[in-house]
Amino acid sequence: MIQMKNVYKKYSNGIVALNGMNVEIDQGEFVYVVGPSGAGKSTFIKMMYREERPTSGQMFVDGIDIATLKNSKVPLLRRQIGVVFQDFKLLPKLNVYENVAFALEVIEEKPEEIRKRVLKVLDLVGLKHKARMFPTELSGGEQQRVSIARSIVNKPKVVIADEPTGNLDPETSWDIMRLFEQINKSGTTILMATHNREIVNSMRHRVIAIEGGLIVRDVAGGDYGYEG
Amino acid sequence: MKARTLGRHFRESLKSLGRNGWMTFASVSAVTVTLLLVGVFVLIMMNLNKIADDVENDVEMKVFIALETGQEDIDRLENEISVLPGVESVDFSTKEEELTDLILNFGDDFSLYEQNNPLFDVFYVKSIDPQQTEKVAGEISKIDQIEKVEFGAGKIEKLFNVLNTGRNVGLVLILALLFTAMFLISNTIRITIVARRHEIEIMKLVGATNWFVRIPFILEGMWLGLLGSIIPIGLVAALYYNVTVYAEPRLKNEIFQLLEFSPFIYQVSALILLMGIFIGVWGSFMSIRKFLRV
Ligand SMILES: Nc1ncnc2c1ncn2[C@@H]1O[C@H](COP(=O)(O)OP(=O)(O)O)[C@@H](O)[C@H]1O
Ligand SMILES: [Mg+2]
Repeated sequence: MIQMKNVYKKYSNGIVALNGMNVEIDQGEFVYVVGPSGAGKSTFIKMMYREERPTSGQMFVDGIDIATLKNSKVPLLRRQIGVVFQDFKLLPKLNVYENVAFALEVIEEKPEEIRKRVLKVLDLVGLKHKARMFPTELSGGEQQRVSIARSIVNKPKVVIADEPTGNLDPETSWDIMRLFEQINKSGTTILMATHNREIVNSMRHRVIAIEGGLIVRDVAGGDYGYEG
Repeated sequence: MKARTLGRHFRESLKSLGRNGWMTFASVSAVTVTLLLVGVFVLIMMNLNKIADDVENDVEMKVFIALETGQEDIDRLENEISVLPGVESVDFSTKEEELTDLILNFGDDFSLYEQNNPLFDVFYVKSIDPQQTEKVAGEISKIDQIEKVEFGAGKIEKLFNVLNTGRNVGLVLILALLFTAMFLISNTIRITIVARRHEIEIMKLVGATNWFVRIPFILEGMWLGLLGSIIPIGLVAALYYNVTVYAEPRLKNEIFQLLEFSPFIYQVSALILLMGIFIGVWGSFMSIRKFLRV
């Protein structure tokens, strides 16, 4: 699903965020990305959907060559990938249903198909009954559910999440994690940067630890590995 | 592109017009002023061109006979001129007939000259070929007892000077206005882009194509240009209608005519409309390139 070979990323300000990364992630895996602040986790994540371009090295996502991908082809890559953020990135003027439908409308999906799929994912994340409510009327956890619904409504092969529980209380974080587990069970690859030690240590999955732009540890069913 | 998508883009672009309120008004006003000047400029320049052409193509010369020339000499001169190569016809007109004409065309103010007519007896000489007029005029002016020869080309030299100066001044003015209008439009579009940056970010994240993201902004620019062309088209058409109605009877006896209201005014209207759209679309492209990064 995801292959990186000697991927190196230097930002225009001279900071080297990834310093020769080698990694392989298979279809259906659930992977945590951990490490201290500034280690390069977000940069690593952004490479996946070509928000950032590798400075050198080889990289493939779902068979697409990221390093040489033309700007005009980036939309095709993004349609294969769902993305979830710490701050949800919902549109405040659209209600729950519209926020999710938006992702399909802008890629010109058929209206009947949009309706069918949006209702289905809202059911999956448990928000069908709040479809007409607006983001400001929802709790943080519910907003994150909406953004997760939006990320999977196009049936992506991989969902990428950058600290999706970073803004949520522990209770709500567990709910959100259970939702990711459920999505993963249906065969979707999950790649998640997180600082949440309890979760990583109890919902065991592969852990990739990054420090200074390098993978320092890569263990299946590993633990978080950093103190508090 | 699907019709449904196009409908969505249209709705988005129209919504932005309302949301940007004053900026929309300022942009449309700038386009209006610009296109109004462009329109009037085109009316004037095209008509001056037409007049220059008409005058240039005129084959008639006015040959002034020296004062105190007797009837016998006049008859001789008429013969002499009519046998010159390139001459088609020669018509004699007395100074009394000339004055009657003048009074007819320019009003009774001239009737006070009836006591003491200052005009010359003249021949109206036509050359066969407009290209030959200047040469024939030269031949005729060599003849004794001919005071002077007037013909189109002499008169239009002045006109061409006016034409050139007018064109240069007008072009500079219009270019400056075009840039102002485009700048205002690109600013309006920038405001829309900033207002919708979250929406754009999400569109791009979920895989909307670059054109899908761009089109609403291009359409918004197009509306600004289109709205700005309405008043200029109306005013220019009304203005030119009145000019032609006023000028037509007064130019009846002249060798030159203004361009006919139709189809000229439709061509000018189309030009104004196209320029409006061009300004609008170009203005929004400037912002898209700078602020959208798609
Ligand atoms: N857009 C950017 N431009 C320049 N430097 C950046 C940019 N994004 C991140 N960095 C730098 O790259 C390094 C890695 O950042 P990041 O990938 O965000 O780490 P993490 O998510 O692990 O905290 C940091 O030193 C950060 O300052
Ligand atoms: Mg980060």
